[in-house]
Amino acid sequence: MDNPAILVKSLDLWYGDFKALKGINASFRGKMITSIIGPSGCGKSTLLRVFNRMNDLAEGVRTSGEIIINGADILRRDADLVALRKRVGMVFQRPNPFPLSIYENIVFGARIHLEAKKKDLDYLVEQSLRSVLLWDELKDRLGRSALGLSLEQKQRLCIARLLAVKPEILLMDEPCSALDPQATQRIEELMRELKRDYTIVIVTHNMQQAARISDETGFILMGELVEFGRTETIFTKPSDRRTEDYITGRYG
Amino acid sequence: MRKLKEFVIEKLILFCGLASIFFVVLIFLFLLKEGLAVFKTVTPPQFLFGKSWYPISEPPHLGILPLILGSLMVTLGAALISIPIGVACAVYIAEVAPLKIKEILKSGIELLAAIPSVVLGFIGMVTIVPWIKSIFHLPTGLTALSGAVMLAFMAMPTIVSIAEDALYSVPKTYKEGALALGATHWQAIHRVILPAASSGIMAAVMLGIGRVIGETMAVMMITGNAAVIPHSILQPVRTLTATIAAEMGEAVVGSEHYFALFAVGIVLFVISFIVNVGADLFLHKKEQ
Repeated sequence: MDNPAILVKSLDLWYGDFKALKGINASFRGKMITSIIGPSGCGKSTLLRVFNRMNDLAEGVRTSGEIIINGADILRRDADLVALRKRVGMVFQRPNPFPLSIYENIVFGARIHLEAKKKDLDYLVEQSLRSVLLWDELKDRLGRSALGLSLEQKQRLCIARLLAVKPEILLMDEPCSALDPQATQRIEELMRELKRDYTIVIVTHNMQQAARISDETGFILMGELVEFGRTETIFTKPSDRRTEDYITGRYG
Repeated sequence: MRKLKEFVIEKLILFCGLASIFFVVLIFLFLLKEGLAVFKTVTPPQFLFGKSWYPISEPPHLGILPLILGSLMVTLGAALISIPIGVACAVYIAEVAPLKIKEILKSGIELLAAIPSVVLGFIGMVTIVPWIKSIFHLPTGLTALSGAVMLAFMAMPTIVSIAEDALYSVPKTYKEGALALGATHWQAIHRVILPAASSGIMAAVMLGIGRVIGETMAVMMITGNAAVIPHSILQPVRTLTATIAAEMGEAVVGSEHYFALFAVGIVLFVISFIVNVGADLFLHKKEQ
């Protein structure tokens, strides 16, 4: 448990007057998949989005507490958001490739971070697409628009685009909710591959998915982290009554 | 009874729809009939590329090149001023401005669109014209530049509001995706949002320019109306529109001058048509 990838200390978050997260304490371990589960509107996406400060986009968001990533508190006003988001990337619920070519989608990060040389970029594209198992499918049409891909390919491309920035932590906000069961299964396989090199935090309202892929699980209810621990324990011997009720399908 | 009512209303709507098309066709035919008659006197190349416009001399010189160049110069000048400012303004409203400033700016832009062109021309005449005269030490401030500046104001509301719509309709997920990859706000704007909105912005520009080309009153008041080939933007020019407006009243019906003015109308019609079709193509591309 020493040196966690993300350490959350008494985190509160408000949207205007609404307190969306209440006193969250948790530590997310590196090179593992941690899932956050809970009913809709419980704050699980909000928690995920704090980790790379995507909540800053919403109006009237306030936070208190600390989130330590790589030794620094990312909630500080003077935190370097560009560096943070390079280190902590995010995959969204709906695949959101840019309306550019497949190639340009992948090199987007490298271009904005000014790490560009033509030959390196070609290599980067191949590596990134290989690691999401898209290279063989797409290598002959890198110049085509990314908007013409299937949903699953788009989501893989979004993951590839993220890997190209060389992050350490991948945040996934219900990455499979727009996909069919087969595609979901293949993305889950991909996640198992990726956890060798990356720390993954996934938000899902699909409990089976959390049980299948994650090493640890946190259960959030009405902005409170009710229980956090090994996935097996949470799903077989939950210590809190509310967790048990949720897992056995009594609400949610 | 109900069926009859439906029938009558349906036919009535059909009639109204057909009437508008019918009138457009009629106007176009009339324009063609009157305008093409000029080619009994001059050949089309003589008309389009003739360097002098002396419609009432004997024999009349009916070359509209000075007028085309005048229109072109004023339009290009207006475009050069209004496109960068207009697009930048749209980006500011759509992406940067806080909610309150956004509301104020948007209503301001709408207000600008509501100013009648003759009022703008009048304001231009007493402000821009003397400024340009004294800044460039010219004998007269009634120049192509004055017209361009004034028309830029008229194109701006169109450009800003349509470009802002285009920017606003770019899915928010693009911006999120870019920011999540560590892009700064500006990088997200110019690498993702602007390219995604590019066809809508092009359409905005085209429609803005379309408005400039067709504008008559303001340009007539402040461009000096000298039908000579302009060599600099600081000279008086006369546009196609101003020529028609200024001379139609005194042209003898059925004279070569009269037909020539209709032919100028055809030229204008063709230019506007091309610009509008261009804008349409861009808007259509955006929808796909």
